[in-house]
Amino acid sequence: MNELALKEFLYKIADDQLILGHRNSEWTGFGPLLEEDIAFSSMAQDKVGQSQALYEILHTLGEQSPDTVAFMRNANQFHNCILTELPNGEYDFSLIRHFLYDTALAIRFDMLTKSSFKPLAELATKIRGELKYHTLHANTWVKQLGSATPESIERLQNSLEYALPFALGIFEKSPFENDIISAGIFEGEDVLKSKWKTKVEEIITQTKLRLPDVSSMTPIEGGRVGKHSEHLQPLLDEMSEVFKIDPTAEW
Amino acid sequence: MMTRTADDIYKLLEEVKDPEIPVLSLVDLGVITNVEVEGINVSIEMTPTFVGCPAIDMMKSEIVEVLQRNGIEKVNILVTFRKPWTSDSISEKGKAALKKFGLAPPPSAQNLFTDIDILEHVPCPRCSGTDTVLKNPFGPTLCRSIHYCNTCKEAFEQFKPL
Repeated sequence: MNELALKEFLYKIADDQLILGHRNSEWTGFGPLLEEDIAFSSMAQDKVGQSQALYEILHTLGEQSPDTVAFMRNANQFHNCILTELPNGEYDFSLIRHFLYDTALAIRFDMLTKSSFKPLAELATKIRGELKYHTLHANTWVKQLGSATPESIERLQNSLEYALPFALGIFEKSPFENDIISAGIFEGEDVLKSKWKTKVEEIITQTKLRLPDVSSMTPIEGGRVGKHSEHLQPLLDEMSEVFKIDPTAEW
Repeated sequence: MMTRTADDIYKLLEEVKDPEIPVLSLVDLGVITNVEVEGINVSIEMTPTFVGCPAIDMMKSEIVEVLQRNGIEKVNILVTFRKPWTSDSISEKGKAALKKFGLAPPPSAQNLFTDIDILEHVPCPRCSGTDTVLKNPFGPTLCRSIHYCNTCKEAFEQFKPL
């Protein structure tokens, strides 16, 4: 197995989870209603915990400890897709991002339960169940607000159109894509993207939203190779602020 | 010193409770997945209920504390996902304790649920009535959801099926 390919693959999933987990945590205390405050905070906790478990696997492959890789890297060393680092904006954008991202993530982990890399397959079996609650949450709200009032429909529609090119960046291929597929670690981004499209359509058709034709859209890529928007570095600075005061502190 | 068997260790672990649900031991919660004793060395494998559960470190240190209090010095704990936890890992005794505590025990999660149905009409832990609604699939901890009983007119929590 190409170990570099495997590491790159684990980093991108872990980084996605850490960065969106951090964004979700920014809703703590600011949710439009208490239930949503709790939901986004809980999903933040799940995502950061799941990223830690993936960083632990990387640690067994010789990478630095989870805290070090989470807090000490610069933006250009992160492999997350740009979608996850965008600021929360208003609730409509956060909801649509959550829907588009977690739909893909749930399918990814479902596929990973069959991974040839056993520690990942075992972890995926666990995480798959947890993500059911994330997609359940996203689907419920997209269906409700996507059919509610003219304002809620228009807001979700605008956010959907804005977020989709970024969401397509989830499937940006790494230089090792073929190694990952041939080693049986993952079936590949193309398979994931096609399953994702079917699932997104299935939910959106139950609403008054219109799904633009994603096949004619240009994906916004770069995140997987460390080329990020201007939003990532400030996020990292804030996230690691306390850790960096004393990196050797015992917690 | 007397040699202990794995069964002895399980009995001692009955003393260690879930820090967030003090009526439930780690054994009944189902997070202890293996115990091996070799001479004076005790190896324990455990697995978290949720990957992001922040209580796992506390559970580990309480295990060590309880075993040391009972004269077992060499304790090695491995957290692993080899046998992932599901809510079906909770023992019948554990489920009864949850209900008594006021937390609705999880229904069987054998077939991962595909829609919201399994979370609706959860029997109320107080009156056992099923005229209840799901208020939030997320609750005060990762493993709980929030429900409302139309009969009691009170909110309650459920240990989530997973």
